[in-house]
Amino acid sequence: MSDTAIITAFSLIAEADPALVQVIGLSLRVSLSAIVLACLIALPLGAALALSRFPGRGGVIVICNALMGLPPVVAGLLIYLLLSRSGPLGSLELLFTPAAMIAAQTVLVVPIILSLTRSMIEELWGEYEEQLRSLGSGRLRAVPTLLWDGRVGLLTGILAGFGRASAEVGAVLIVGGNIAGHTRTMTTAITLETNRGNLAMAVALGIILLSIVLGLNALAFGLTQWSRRRMG
Amino acid sequence: MSGDCLLRAENIGFEARGVALLRGVSFEVRAGRRLVILGPNGAGKSLLLRICHGLIAPSQGRVVRAGEGVRAARQAMVFQRPVMLRRSVRANLDHALALQGLSGPDRKARCEAALERFGLMPLAGRGARLLSGGEQQRLALARAWATRPDLLILDEPTSALDPASTRLIEDSLLQFSAEGMALVMTTHDLGQARRLGEEVIFLDRGQILETTPAPAFFSAPVSREARGYLAGELLW
Repeated sequence: MSDTAIITAFSLIAEADPALVQVIGLSLRVSLSAIVLACLIALPLGAALALSRFPGRGGVIVICNALMGLPPVVAGLLIYLLLSRSGPLGSLELLFTPAAMIAAQTVLVVPIILSLTRSMIEELWGEYEEQLRSLGSGRLRAVPTLLWDGRVGLLTGILAGFGRASAEVGAVLIVGGNIAGHTRTMTTAITLETNRGNLAMAVALGIILLSIVLGLNALAFGLTQWSRRRMG
Repeated sequence: MSGDCLLRAENIGFEARGVALLRGVSFEVRAGRRLVILGPNGAGKSLLLRICHGLIAPSQGRVVRAGEGVRAARQAMVFQRPVMLRRSVRANLDHALALQGLSGPDRKARCEAALERFGLMPLAGRGARLLSGGEQQRLALARAWATRPDLLILDEPTSALDPASTRLIEDSLLQFSAEGMALVMTTHDLGQARRLGEEVIFLDRGQILETTPAPAFFSAPVSREARGYLAGELLW
């Protein structure tokens, strides 16, 4: 039975089954959008947290670090409460749309990228501070320099964030509803097809998901190695 | 401030956790002169240089620099262990010039001039952090020179270098001086202090014990501490 499922799964992939392609396309659109949004929020915030000093900063760092382990269902629930009809953003009518799934994944990924950015920028600033200040750069002007010089490490973190976004199922299930052709992603489809007994489709999606995560990690590893060889 | 004075330290003091690391330090740096600050480890030399470059605020006293606004005397600093950005040699130079507010064409011209002058052209595209210690310090010097400073501050710039690299750095510093740049440096290399110093400040336990022309300091040091330091005695 499982052998048949695996063979059928590969044939679905080889034939570029339209249902399969549709689910993969939506998943990638949602996760990539979430990553872009999360980067826009978390990179400057992480840099600001790394370079600023204010009362309670330690507490903020602890909370950000803790939020890296935020359970996806909790993130989904928060977004659900915000976007439900009786919620503060209910009038936007975003619940059970890809936009709601993007919001949920963004909430999940922001703490990861923010904490990694904070830690990396803080470390780099420790190394560069004297040199940059001697050249006339203050903390604010140093931010682009530090983000650029930490680009390889940051990219690894961003890819880790993408991995978390694309692999999570709880949040998108709650706020997306797993509506065929509209909000069904790879992970929610795998859950559904497994329950239905359609293992071929579930396995095909699993293979694609695994390949994407493996490919991205290989890319991150390759970039890190290349950068070390080239720039030290 | 007199006409050719670029920097004046006035009664500088610095305390950390109740311990006085510098006390009543005053001196002047005049245009085109080479000042060497000598003293044992822990005397406060590096701290004094950082205060002079504005990296650390003194607890007492002040540092007065010549000129104001766009006419202010320009300063650059080279550290014992230069920190290079994770970029190419050329990009490190370009970044330093961008921080000075120079436009693209000006930056390019100055980068090329610096690469040419310091023999770094063949290394221009290489990662700066992959260079040898001597090459990195040469790049640090090129980076400082490219900003066209009136005063260059150097904190033991050759302490980690071999004699050949040291020679290259010293030759460059003498050329800078010949071109009118003032130098303030610390070193533990007495030979280097003799070769480069025109004036010497001897600092001990945060206080200046001697400020004198270099030949006088090396031939007839006044303080017991300076005599011991020159004789290589383990007084501390």
